[in-house]
Amino acid sequence: MSTDLSSPRTASTKSPGKFTMSRRGLGNLILAAVLLAVPFWLPLVGGYTDLASRVLIYALAAMGLNLLLGYTGGLSFGHAAYFGLGAYGVGLMLKYETHSTLLALLAGTLLGGLAAALLGPIVVRRRGIYFSMITIAIGQMFYFIAVRWNSLTGGEDGLTGFSRQPIHLPGVTLAMGSVDFYYFVLLCFGICATLLWIILNAPLGHTFVAIRENHKRLTFLGIKTRRYIAISFAISGIVAAMAGGLDALLDNFTSPNLLNYTLSGDFLIIAVLGGMRNFYGPLVGAVVFIMMRDYVSSITDNWMSVIGLVFVVSVIFFPMGILGFFNRKSSS
Amino acid sequence: MSLLVLENVGRRFGALQALSGISLSVEPGELRAVIGPNGAGKTTLFNLISGFFPPTDGTIIFENKPITAVNPTALVRRGIIRTFQITEIFLALTVQENLRIAVETAMGINLRPWISAATRAAVTRRVEDLADTVRMSAKMHRIAGELAHGDQRVVEIGIVLAKSPKLLLLDEPTAGMGDEETNHMTDLIRRLNKDQGITMLFVEHDMAIVFGIADRITVLDNGRMLAEGNAAEIAGNPRVQTAYLGQAA
Repeated sequence: MSTDLSSPRTASTKSPGKFTMSRRGLGNLILAAVLLAVPFWLPLVGGYTDLASRVLIYALAAMGLNLLLGYTGGLSFGHAAYFGLGAYGVGLMLKYETHSTLLALLAGTLLGGLAAALLGPIVVRRRGIYFSMITIAIGQMFYFIAVRWNSLTGGEDGLTGFSRQPIHLPGVTLAMGSVDFYYFVLLCFGICATLLWIILNAPLGHTFVAIRENHKRLTFLGIKTRRYIAISFAISGIVAAMAGGLDALLDNFTSPNLLNYTLSGDFLIIAVLGGMRNFYGPLVGAVVFIMMRDYVSSITDNWMSVIGLVFVVSVIFFPMGILGFFNRKSSS
Repeated sequence: MSLLVLENVGRRFGALQALSGISLSVEPGELRAVIGPNGAGKTTLFNLISGFFPPTDGTIIFENKPITAVNPTALVRRGIIRTFQITEIFLALTVQENLRIAVETAMGINLRPWISAATRAAVTRRVEDLADTVRMSAKMHRIAGELAHGDQRVVEIGIVLAKSPKLLLLDEPTAGMGDEETNHMTDLIRRLNKDQGITMLFVEHDMAIVFGIADRITVLDNGRMLAEGNAAEIAGNPRVQTAYLGQAA
């Protein structure tokens, strides 16, 4: 367990001592260096910067989802709803209200986050399969609203007519070309990842994990577990909403597909594939998922079958995901 | 003044009268055993006191206030804490993490999304104290699910101790344990009662333990109270001998 580079569960465990701490620090440092250098090395291996932005955006959404799924033990099939609301929030703000990319992103994040915060208390009234069914039902509600409300959302054609605007900061102006935008996404990813890490290492995060492990014991310590699942749901929705907002900025476009349950399924696949008990599992899952989608879909229209096959194989042979597999290997 | 008083308490499940006419009182600092054959209603009694379900008859009074219809979470906050016949701990977490979540809950800081170094140190100190009390310091970083059964039960006691219980309910604390584990648990129960003055009510099948450590013993049979007294009185009670001890011996 001392080799577990990225599980906050062991983060504050003191005994493995300084060695683990520095190893984790080193791991984060290497990860940061690799991500910061993406625009330099990715073209050399045949990638393009927007693809890396997409990876980070999906990783962020799946990381948000994973707070609920991997750490709190709540299986949501409807997180595309908050992702999509974030995207529509950004699109509508830029189209009708503001030229500020930051303000639009803030609005989108708040819109999706608010929806998750308000719906969470309803969803957590049930556990297990019923919890999941309610999340789907609520998610599909937003999908059909987006399809039907043609005048506002552009219906099935999606929302067009907006584009991300340069960001003016004191002293610098980001033109928001592909590379600028990648760094903007990376900054958002870094902030969210840091905040999630802090939460997971605080009593709130410990409580989430304890609910996942044994909610009966926690109830009999005097904790109202529903309230905490709702909080996890809300935080997880806020992060997904910010990812959705970034997705709209990446494409300068959003469609009802961003609200559909199939996208919720993609986020689940990403989290489980990468390793839902690992902090960076969703990032690894997103790399694999987006890369495969990009390359395989250039070869065959049936790219989803290939991803499906990889997913089935990985769940059977590496039930704890890619990172979970490597962690176990290195600790045995 | 008694800590816990049951007045003519009964519980019916449909046609089944699981308990009836139970009246007893537990004094502060007392170590009380509840014994009786299988189906006597011992666990039902625990479920009533800890608020799992309300009694269908009678009144339960804790610290001079009725708690008959109070839910388990609220009872925990008033200081009535229980363990279960089947150990309820956080199996995938380490012993340290098991105790830590209990301490954080006892400190009422579960909602905090970040933690200061000072608070973290206070939590750690309290966790180490608890581990020391239940003699688990050496196994702090073991995964709870990989511990022996007896150690898992000890971890559960450590968890409930974090909440500084006024009344601790232990449901068969030594069930399924070997001799050494049983001695360890018996010693722990005695120390918690004598050193920390925690009032305890425990269900137990092992008569050697019951007669060895309990201040007073309540005997249930077929949902009714058969007898109550100290070890000598219970051992000498002919009704208990026929109904229970005779059959067990």
